[in-house]
Amino acid sequence: MITIRNVSLVYPNGFQALKDCSTSVEKGEVIVVCGPSGSGKSTLIKCVNGLEAFQQGEITVDGISVGDPKTNLPRLRSRVGMVFQHFELFPHMTIIDNLTTAQVNVLGRTKEEAIERGYKLLDRVGLRAHAPKHPGQLSGGQQQRVAIARALCMDPICMLFDEPTSALDPEMINEVLDVMVELAREGMTMMCVTHEMGFARKVAHRVIFMDQGQIIEDDKKEQFFGSPRSERAQQFLSKILSH
Amino acid sequence: MYEFDWSSIRPGLPFLWTGMKTTLYITVTAMVAGVALGTVLAVLRMSKSRLLAWMSAAYVNAFRSIPLIMVLLWFFLLMPALIERLLNVPRHADTRLTSALVAFSLFQAAYYAEIIRAGIQSVAAGQQGAALALGMSNGQAMRIVILPQAFRNMAPLLLTQTIILFQDTSLVYVSALADFFGVASIIGTRDGRQVELYLFAGAVYFLVCFALSSLVKRWQDRLKGHA
Repeated sequence: MITIRNVSLVYPNGFQALKDCSTSVEKGEVIVVCGPSGSGKSTLIKCVNGLEAFQQGEITVDGISVGDPKTNLPRLRSRVGMVFQHFELFPHMTIIDNLTTAQVNVLGRTKEEAIERGYKLLDRVGLRAHAPKHPGQLSGGQQQRVAIARALCMDPICMLFDEPTSALDPEMINEVLDVMVELAREGMTMMCVTHEMGFARKVAHRVIFMDQGQIIEDDKKEQFFGSPRSERAQQFLSKILSH
Repeated sequence: MYEFDWSSIRPGLPFLWTGMKTTLYITVTAMVAGVALGTVLAVLRMSKSRLLAWMSAAYVNAFRSIPLIMVLLWFFLLMPALIERLLNVPRHADTRLTSALVAFSLFQAAYYAEIIRAGIQSVAAGQQGAALALGMSNGQAMRIVILPQAFRNMAPLLLTQTIILFQDTSLVYVSALADFFGVASIIGTRDGRQVELYLFAGAVYFLVCFALSSLVKRWQDRLKGHA
């Protein structure tokens, strides 16, 4: 579904955010990407739908090259769901409008179809009653569930999560993870940047560990949590799992 | 001691009102045209194309570096010749209002553009990312997601700029166009009561601008309260 081959990215200020990264995500696979902050995880995931432009290497999604200037990026992005650390709901729209605007303006659905689909997904994340509200009236956890529903409205072929719980208060993390776990169990192809190792243990197939712009480990979950090969990953795990 | 005589004002009110209508007409037209052109300039200024960004910056800097009264005079002097060329209208046609409208719109656009650019930049970058990630084009992201938020953030500033514009319209005086100030001047000269008429005109400008400014201030406080 997603292949990443030898991708490197250097920011205009000269900082090399990604160095020769390669991996792939099969259909139905759930991949967790972790690593210390500044290791390039978010950059890597943003390259997958072309929100960040990489200079070297190739990324394909469903066989379509992301870096190819001839690729219709908006069309490709409309098929790849993305959830952000800070939710990024549109604050000037109601919740239901947040869910319908791209369906209408990008997919060309009718307003009625879009609303129907929107309510279906709000039901799914348990927030139908909040449809007429504005994002500012919802808690962080609720906003993030809306953001997931908004991405799902587009009927994506895979979902990208960029630290979806790291801006949330602790008591709200689980309501978001529950939605993600359910999605994973239904067979959605997912690439998740997260430090939630409980989530990784529960549903991930593979875990990628990054440090300083490089993919250090790319293991089956059992191996990653059992005996990661690199010392750096072992250190990282011992730090975040010690409490 | 000067003896005030306000008796010219009451009979002059209908005439003063026609002048005020001209003032408001220029203000509103220049605001609408200025905000529209200013939005285009702001978007161009942030464009990836160096040339477009440079052209927009040059326009804004040029107009912000020239006194408004000169812009008005140039258009007042140039417009008749231009219109004659383009539209085949005889030279003596009255182009004072048209030239004032064009001059104010172009001039204001430069100031609005800077406000709008700041407004666009005040919308978090993540919003654009979210819009693009949903498959929107750059234009859609701007139109559907960024500009509505930007305009909401900068509405008070735009209105403040419009209050300045409302005052500046009195400069059409140089082309002897009968705006509110022009009419006050005409009545004052006719009746030998310039002091009274200018005081009255000043009071009206003050009241309108002060009322609008208070409105802006309350609006700003409310926006802050929401943030």
